[in-house]
Parts: sequence; C-alpha cells; structure tokens
Amino acid sequence: MLGGFLAQLLNGVQYGLLLFLISSGLTLVFGVMGVINLAHGSLFMLGAYLAFAVTGAALPLWLALPLAVAGGAVLGGVLERTLFRRFRTREHLDQVLLTFALILLFEEARAALFGNDFHGVPVPAALDFSVPVFGGFAYSAYRVAVLLGCLGVAALLFWGIERTKLGSAVRAAAEKPEMLQLLGLDAQRLHTLVFAAGTALAMLAGALAAPLYSVFPGMGDGFLIISFVVVVVGGVGSIAGAFWAAMLIGLVDTLGKAYLPGVAGLAVYALMAGVLLWRPAGLFGRA
Amino acid sequence: MSHQVIPALSRRALLGAAALAPLSAPALAQGAALKLGLMLPYSGTFAALGENITAAIEMYLAEKGGRLGGRAVQLVKLDDESDPSKAVQNVNRLLGRDGAQAMIGTVHSGVVLAMVQASREKGVPLIIPNAGNANATGELCAPSIFRTSFTNWQPAFGMGKALAAQGVKRAAWISWDYAAGREAGQGFEQGLKSGGAELVKSLWLPFPEANFQPLLAQVPGLGVQAVGSFFAGGGAVQFVKDYAAAGLKNSVPLCGSGFLTEGTLAAQGAAAEGVRTALHYGDGLDNAKNHAFRAAFKARTGREADVYAVQGYDAAQLLAVGLEATKGDIAAERALVTAMRAARIDSPRGAFTLSAQHNPVQNIYLRQATEGQNKVIGIAAPALADPGTGCRMASI
Amino acid sequence: MVIASRRGHLLLGGAALVVALLPLVAGAYVLQLVSTALVMALFALSLQLLVGGTGLVSLGQAGFFGLGAYAVYFVQGKGAAASLLLTLPVAALLAGLAALAVGALALRTRGFFFLMTTLAFGQMLYFLIHDAPWAGGADGIFVQRPNFGLFGLDYVPARRDRPAVLLWTNLALLCAAYAGLVVVMRSLFGRMLQGIKENDHRMQALGHNTYAVKLVAFVLAGALAGVAGHQWAMTEAFVNPELLGWHRSAEALLMVLLGGLGALHGPLLGAFAFIGLNELAQLVTERQRLVEGLVILAAVLLLRDGLAGLRWRSRA
Repeated sequence: MLGGFLAQLLNGVQYGLLLFLISSGLTLVFGVMGVINLAHGSLFMLGAYLAFAVTGAALPLWLALPLAVAGGAVLGGVLERTLFRRFRTREHLDQVLLTFALILLFEEARAALFGNDFHGVPVPAALDFSVPVFGGFAYSAYRVAVLLGCLGVAALLFWGIERTKLGSAVRAAAEKPEMLQLLGLDAQRLHTLVFAAGTALAMLAGALAAPLYSVFPGMGDGFLIISFVVVVVGGVGSIAGAFWAAMLIGLVDTLGKAYLPGVAGLAVYALMAGVLLWRPAGLFGRA
Repeated sequence: MSHQVIPALSRRALLGAAALAPLSAPALAQGAALKLGLMLPYSGTFAALGENITAAIEMYLAEKGGRLGGRAVQLVKLDDESDPSKAVQNVNRLLGRDGAQAMIGTVHSGVVLAMVQASREKGVPLIIPNAGNANATGELCAPSIFRTSFTNWQPAFGMGKALAAQGVKRAAWISWDYAAGREAGQGFEQGLKSGGAELVKSLWLPFPEANFQPLLAQVPGLGVQAVGSFFAGGGAVQFVKDYAAAGLKNSVPLCGSGFLTEGTLAAQGAAAEGVRTALHYGDGLDNAKNHAFRAAFKARTGREADVYAVQGYDAAQLLAVGLEATKGDIAAERALVTAMRAARIDSPRGAFTLSAQHNPVQNIYLRQATEGQNKVIGIAAPALADPGTGCRMASI
Repeated sequence: MVIASRRGHLLLGGAALVVALLPLVAGAYVLQLVSTALVMALFALSLQLLVGGTGLVSLGQAGFFGLGAYAVYFVQGKGAAASLLLTLPVAALLAGLAALAVGALALRTRGFFFLMTTLAFGQMLYFLIHDAPWAGGADGIFVQRPNFGLFGLDYVPARRDRPAVLLWTNLALLCAAYAGLVVVMRSLFGRMLQGIKENDHRMQALGHNTYAVKLVAFVLAGALAGVAGHQWAMTEAFVNPELLGWHRSAEALLMVLLGGLGALHGPLLGAFAFIGLNELAQLVTERQRLVEGLVILAAVLLLRDGLAGLRWRSRA
C-alpha cells in the first residue's frame, strides 16, 4: 500500500515537472510582454511532432531536443517580430482571436504535414528499459530521464532569472515595465528574446513528452488549459509560482485519479477556485 | 462497361455534380440513380477508418457493376470529421441539401447518434459500419437502423469469457471513462461471470487523457491474474507501451477488446507482443471469402484490408440484400426491412445473421499479437448476440 | 457601445421581416440553417453584453450556453416533451446560477487573468457534463423538442411546419433579447457598465461597487446564453458536451469581433456572416480550419470595427 502511494507521488512529481516546463514559457511571455498566447499549446504540439519527425527519419530522439530549442527560438522570434509585436497594445479580444487563429493554422499545417493519425514516438534505445521501484511496479528509464531533464531545465531557468543580467531585466520588465527605460534596456529586443525563449521551452517540453503521450491532433489543447490553471494558481509572471503551482497540480491530479476517481476531472479546478477565493492574484502573485 | 459509381472523385466534385442536377426531381423513376449518402470521417483522427470503409463499399459496388437490385447507385460523400458538435448539421446537409435516400455511417459513436436520430425521424435507412454504442441497436433501435460492425459489449464479453475458460479467477478492468468504455467494461464483467470468474476492480481515466501512470501503479496491489482494457487508436498505443514499461506485462497479462491492438501493432512494437484480444475479425482467418476479399482489396487500393474494410463491405452487402428484394425501390420499407432482417451475410469474417435488434450475431475470435499480426488462435464466443437491452422495435 | 439609430433599427426590423417571411420561399434545409444562425446570434449577443458592454473578455461563455441546452434534458430526461414555459426559464436559471458561481470567483481577477479563469471554469463545466453519469454521457443525447404547452393545451407543430415554427420562435426570442438589451444599455445600469468599460478604477473611486455591477452583467449574460443554448437544443433536438467546449466560446468571440465591438447589433451581423462563411467554406474546401483561421486573421488585422463599422465608415 505504501509502495503504491510512493509510486503515485513519483508520478505526480514527474507530471508536475512537465507541466512546469510548459507553463513557464506561458507565464514568462505573459509577465514580460502582457500578451496572452492561446497558441502556446500548439507550440507544445509542434515540439512533439518534431520529435515524431526526427525519430521517423530513423534519427535518435536526443537530436530532437536541441532542434526543438533552436527551432522554437527561431519560430518564436519570427512570430514576435511579425505578429505579437503589433498586438501588444491591442485589446485582449484581438490577442485572443489572433492566437486562436494561430491554433487553427498550426493544426492545419500539422494535418497537411503529418496527417491526422495518432502516432507513437519510440523511446531511445539506450533508455528502453524499466527500473523496478516499489512493489512490483517499474518505472521506465525514459520517464526518469524526463524527470531529471525537467529538473535540470528548471534549475537553469532559476539561475538565469536570478543570477544573470538578462534575468534581472526580465524581472524588471515583469515587475515594473517603466524600469526598463530607466535601466537603459532595449524593451523590444527583450520581448523578442523572451518570446523566443517561451516558444523554445514549449517545444522542448513537447519533444520530451512525445514518447510518453504519443502525438495526435489537438494534443496541445488539453495542455493549454491545464497550463492556464497553473499560471492562475501560481500567479502571473512568477517562475517560482509556476513551479510550485505545477507541482501542486501534478500531485492533486495524480492522487485524485488514483484515490478519488469519481471527482478526478474536477479536482484541479476545485483547487483553482480555492486559490482564487483565498488569493485572487495567485499563490505567488502580487495583488 | 461504364457504370454509375463515382469511385474516387473528391467531395467538391461530387457536390458540384449534385448542384447541377435538380435536387427536387423525383429520383424514383426507373433508371434514376439511388443516392447513397456516406457520412464518414475523411479528416480528423479516424480518417484512415473512413477511407477503408469507403474503399470497401466502392469495391462491392464495382463488383456489382454499380447497380444494387437493378438500380444504379450514386455515392454522395460527406466528411463528418468525427466532430459531434457538427453532426446534426452534417446529417441535415446529407439529407436536406444532397438528397441522400439511404445512409451509411459512421465511425464516431457520438456522431452516429445524429444519424440515428435522423433515421428515426425521417425513416431514411441507415447502416452503421463501425460505431459500437449499445443504444443504436438498444433503446434507440428502429426498423430503419442496421449495423454491420459490433457493439462495444460483444468483443469484451468474448474476452472475459475466454479468460475464465483459461482458468483466470480474478481480473481487473482499465478504460477511459466514457460510454464505449463503460459498455465494454460491462461486457467484460459478464463474460468473466459466465465462466465463474470475478471482476475485482475497474479503473477509469477521463477521456481522452493519456496519463495512465496513476492507474497502472494500482495494478500490483490488486492481486489479479489479468487486466482487461478498452482503448483504441493512439490511446491504445500509449497504454500498451506504458503497461509494458511499468513492468506489469509478465506478472499480470494484458488483454482486451480487439481495438487495443487493431491497426496499432507497428507503433506498439515489442510491448504488444503476446497480448491477447477478442474481436469479430483477425489476421489469418482461413475461409475462401476472406482470402478473395483481401486479395481484391489489396489489388484495388494497395493497402491491406482490415476490420473496418470488412465492416464497410458488409454494409454494402446488407443494403444489396434489401434492394434485391425491392427491385431497387428504397422506399418500399416493409419489404426492404424484412429482407435485411432475414439476411445471412457471407462476410470475410465468416457468415453472420442479424439479431432482432439488427446487430450482427457473430463469432468473436480470440487473437494473439504475434510478429505484428493479430493471429486468430480460437473462438472466444461463437455466434454471440448483443443482449440489445432496452430495444422496443416498432412494427413495420 | 453604439446602439443603432432609428434608421438602423428600421433596417434591422426590415431584416427580421425578411427572415420571418423566409418559410414562404425557402426549403427546410435553408430554414434550418437560418434557425441555427439566429441561435448563434442570440449566443453572440449575450457575449456582447460582456465584451462590448462591460469590457470583459470571457472565454467560458459556451459553458453557460451548453448548460442551457442540457437544461432541456435535465427537465425531460428521456421522457416526453415538456412545455417551453417550463424548460426555457429552467435553462435561463441554471445558466444564470452557474454564471453567478463562476463570475463570483472569476471577477476577483482582472484582464487576462479573468480570461484564463473563465476559460478554465468553462472547461470545468465541460468536463462535468462530459464525465457525469447523470448528464447522458460523453456522446451526447437526444431530447424531445419542448412543445408550446399552455395550461394543458399543447401545440405540437406538424413535422412539415416544424422548420418554420422553430425559425419564428428563434427569431422572436432574438428580437426580444435585443430589445431588452437596448433598454438595459440605455438605463442607469447600462451607463455604469460603460463607465466600467472605460475606467473601472474611476468608477470605484466614484463610490460604485463595480464588482457587484459586473457580477450582475455576468449573470445576465450567462442566463441569456442559457436561453440561446435552450433554443439550440430545441432546434437540433440533440445535445452533447461539445456545446460547452471552449472552441465554441472562441467562435462566439469571433462573431462578436466580426460584427463589431462597437455596436450592440454587431453580433447579429457577425453570427450570420460566420454561419454563411462556414457553409461556403464547407462547400469549396476540405480545409475549413485554414479558411476560418485566415478569416480571423483578416478580421483582427483589417476589420477593426467589424461589419457594423463598415457602413458607418463608408458614410463618414
């Protein structure tokens, strides 16, 4: 029984870390630029299909990871320069519909390039084994690798934001946009950088997750909604908030499914409602 | 040798042709083609299924020179995208705009409900070539509604029965929490019971999530000898892989409704090897009809036939039985339905008849995944009929 | 937000008359299509009260629309048709109550947070209906069309007349809702909403409880969406969980934007344009998503004031 519970905790942490990877980009872009990006889930999907394409061409999966980061950075930069820059000062409705249109267009591109089937993505051969963890239950080595990889990226993000010059600019932009001018920083370049980084994070998450979740049409939608819940619970623009909220939601969702299957689908929303009642600005947000 | 089947034109071209022809002209006159509406997924998750069903229907029509019961048949195709939110509108298009006089469709069990409703309201004959929801031949049954596929209950019942026959006493069930999964779970439980075995626990996951870990981690603690499951498509790929990766495959054998490994074996790879499933069709079924069908389908499309192609082919066969009886008059409801009800379809899956609720009474085969094929290794339940609970068939 | 001038209202009235006379000339399929457009117009109109009227962009409106549709099933179950006089108020009430619960929480946040929160709660309603055993299942379920029963005198239209009767019912409800919103927007309450849209903080500083005012608007919009959902169920005789999905919320926003944020009647034009474009796209291409995506892009980039604005701009 205890072994089962520990296995569930491990599942929750692993799911939470993946959620963090996805929602960190969303919360960064939103915090720094004030732009909402409904297409964030589609970027996740693009990363996953990239992994599918790479393994489909008989290339190793690990090659997809730098490709996802580089491709995401380029795509993000282009999107920011051509579209999102114009929409920063536009109404919320315009941003919502612009990014909704992007969802439709990304889905269409996906359909044209890869068709509409579900596809499995093979786990790299070197990690295609399982390690027994608790009482007859094994954990695939790839799952462990994803867990460690997400932890690594999270550590890198924290270090980057807390310890580097760029990071302090990001924090300044999220907290007091007017500070940027005073510090003599180029806001436009920062926006391009942040959007590129956010896109790269989403695509990296997609590439990592592809062997765990398969790739399929509309796969970004579910992750988009749950990322929104993470951002709302964590507080906007806060990387630490996104981290702890993602862990919390990963655990609540996993344990809910294991022990309260009747209400599992609603558990994370109930959590969000509770947080909104208690701290409307999110756990780590400033009111 | 020209016949009036339009095999491979795109929907746009078909609609263009339909727009030119006067829609309201009575099409009953001898020689006027019967408009057979195919409402199937040609895009979306189930597009491949829709393509194979359609190809098999076209193949049967071509075999018959484009005529059923002496009447030329013109296909009108509509892509339902497997999108239930557009289903009612799409049926209206098929019947109201395109003037279909009979319907074959579809794959998605939510979309098919809209077709069932239209058939009940307007009396347009409907043959379901895949969707397995119980209510279509249960509480929503009607004289005009037929099915040539299966109910979700049937394969799962066969699997449960086969497990019990192998000496399994305790088993668990894992599925998505939706109508199909619930119906299959019920069949599995009743199949186990019929052989004196017990369903210890059912584990459910919200549809269509693919995070199976929280469920799999519970399996070792249940003390069961087998796990049954109902998943299809990509969900099935992921589930079978995760089940193996969780180290459960050897300690607690996985089995399920046939869709668990149908069309997915290549993607599942070694994780699926040895998994047993039950379905009304399988690889290596040794009968003359099957060999001929598979060869013809391969020659026509370049693809291997699958269970969906069989279901589509049999839908066309069943319609042919009705139209033979009425000399091509689709409106002669009593004669049409009476003939179709009594039909004995010489199917590649083996001959089958129809139950009082118009669902196939068919063999459910036990299969084992071996080297990328679902090899038939026996019969899990011979001539199995769905209970058809809740059906009160109107008289004709 | 502009309310159409006397002349504009004459034009709208004329359009309504044309729609009302359609059954004389059009076949069942066209009537069905126009009926759907009328229902979607009602749905988009409910959203306009929030977006154009109060400056609140909600992405959860389909949740209330779908609940209104499901109200028909909750009242009737699989049994016989009930009277419209029962099902319609229940639909409005159920959707309104859900909007009260969601709004009370979501309105504690602002801007994008409000948007994300409404989206998440809308999806919660979707999953609730999708997974609950008492809601008829994930595949959706048939309902009998509510009849026009009044004190034991049930009017059930003959099958041949049904498309026309449904069209007139939807048209009447749309006209009534529009007229009601004209009154609301011209009232003191409506002016407060406009004040909130322009500057929430100033309204607060002036001593108004803007939270309460916004909540009333949110509930009103939710109830109206519920009425639209009810009409959907009555028109289609089929409800499914997809009615509550967030893509439908986004499409309603698109109708509002297509029609124009600046005018109360914008969503009416937007809904008809959207349904028309959809039907056209379905005829000419399999890539409907591409068409819809490009239409949205064009609308967002070029059509700042929507269809309602075109006319004014060309005259100005």
